[in-house]
Amino acid sequence: MADDVVLIAQGLARAFGEVVAVDGLSLQVRRGEIFGFLGHNGAGKTTSVRLLNGVLRPDQGHVQVLGLDPTSQGPELRRRTGVLTETPALEERLTARENLLFYAELYGLAPERMTERVEALLEIFNLASRADDRVSGFSKGMKQRLALARALVHEPEILFLDEPTSGLDPVAARAVRRLVARLSREEDRTVILCTHNLIEAQTLCDRVAVLKAGRLMALGRPADLARRWGRNLRLDFEVSGATRGLALSVLRATPGVAELASEDGVISVLGIDRERVPDLVEALVGAGVRLYRVSPREPTLEDIYFALHGLD
Amino acid sequence: MNLRAMRAIVRKDLKVLWQSKAVTVPLIVVPLIFLVVLPALAALLPSAAVQAGGPLAQIDRYLQQMPQGLQAELAGYDQAQKIVVLALVYFLAPMYLIIPLMVASVVAADSFAGEKERKTLEALLYSPTTERELFVAKVLSAWLPAMAVALIGFLLYSMVANLAAWPVMGRLFFPSGMWLALAFWVAPAVAGLGLGATVLISARVETFQEAYQLGAVVVLPILSLVIGQATGVMYFNLVLVMALGLSLWAIDALLLWLGGRLFRREELMARVG
Repeated sequence: MADDVVLIAQGLARAFGEVVAVDGLSLQVRRGEIFGFLGHNGAGKTTSVRLLNGVLRPDQGHVQVLGLDPTSQGPELRRRTGVLTETPALEERLTARENLLFYAELYGLAPERMTERVEALLEIFNLASRADDRVSGFSKGMKQRLALARALVHEPEILFLDEPTSGLDPVAARAVRRLVARLSREEDRTVILCTHNLIEAQTLCDRVAVLKAGRLMALGRPADLARRWGRNLRLDFEVSGATRGLALSVLRATPGVAELASEDGVISVLGIDRERVPDLVEALVGAGVRLYRVSPREPTLEDIYFALHGLD
Repeated sequence: MNLRAMRAIVRKDLKVLWQSKAVTVPLIVVPLIFLVVLPALAALLPSAAVQAGGPLAQIDRYLQQMPQGLQAELAGYDQAQKIVVLALVYFLAPMYLIIPLMVASVVAADSFAGEKERKTLEALLYSPTTERELFVAKVLSAWLPAMAVALIGFLLYSMVANLAAWPVMGRLFFPSGMWLALAFWVAPAVAGLGLGATVLISARVETFQEAYQLGAVVVLPILSLVIGQATGVMYFNLVLVMALGLSLWAIDALLLWLGGRLFRREELMARVG
């Protein structure tokens, strides 16, 4: 394992009866990366996290996380990883402090370090004033923050976050995103983020893996994926009213232009290969079209995701 | 074995347990009825009957239907004393066993099925504890309070029995050797029985209530002991109690072995969803 690679999965597969949850997953994650698992519900994100932490055994394939085999070295591995589960999974009858102290002890923090660490987390997550209140009275956002604090209590090297902003209001969601970014950028922790929030993934993730029915459909940096999978751009041309008819006929006659739309003086060419853009501009100008503006719209991760899933 | 992690789980489970009135109220009320109110009544009624000059002669007729051994053990007592000893030493003995059984079942249902129901199990399964540590800690979380309640209950029962029966007995007569064996040999095994059965049931159900209600079935063998003794089929003596304890420990071992086999991260995680 290269020094900066902290996770390697090779041909990982797992089925539950007839249902294939993960099917031949192969990927590598580097230290300090924010890596996104994208996919619908049931795409295999949560099962992948469970396999990578050794709480499920793979039917096939090999995994190494932090140089350890999750199947045979689960306890050692889980001491170095932290997991934010999809539901906060907190003891609601206990207080916030009691929840954190319990997990601090469970993860083997030294007794003299436990209180200090727990108090620091309560401060960081803005829960200090409610530290001695029972969790059952907390809002969803507070529970999510506490669950995140719990996942960090033992200062894990890799943090797995399953839908960390699900159900949070925009302010709380942004706070969580900032924290995740800080964990990676400032503390060099690796973050594996499972989400179906594509804007969140595009904002946060260094690289993403798009999963569909347990299979890896695409893997790479969001921008690279956009280039690789979203070669067909949408191009908006703003032309003078007098030459709009000419422009339309030039464009219609151009091979490779799949779809045209004209609205409010702007002609949109859909599905154009980015390599054809200079030729298109040259053809329009050469034909005498007065061109005011050309605006390419890069495909977003959302476009890629929908394209990979065969959706409009 | 990571004893510190196990201790943390036991402590957490007990704290969580203590915060639930649905769990703690029966754990306090039922032992008080069985181990304080019932023995007090059983001891006071014969004294009241003696003072009122009521008929106690029927006790001899009833005793004639009892096993010879029991008749021999009661031979040195007068009629009022016979009733007290019969009730407090023999008839309430199997009732005492219901306490560790019930406490272990309630706490185990809360600890195993309740953890699933509260959706806190998943976070626990992601912790570095091994399956064995987790299982043993969970078993201890239920067994220790069951034993604490049973032993405190035994002390209370002893005090109530001696105090309430003093006017009739005129001396400290409790506990007998059989009762000591019951409290220190059979009660821990009975707690294990309730625990083992509930662990198995909890693996198949989703809620505390389901686990607790299905677990209540294990009280039937104890009730059969109550009926068996009341009808003269058998009576609680030291030999029977020691043999009963031995059988229960063997059943416990089997149940906990089976429970341990079901307590697999894979299985549990699959049920978390």
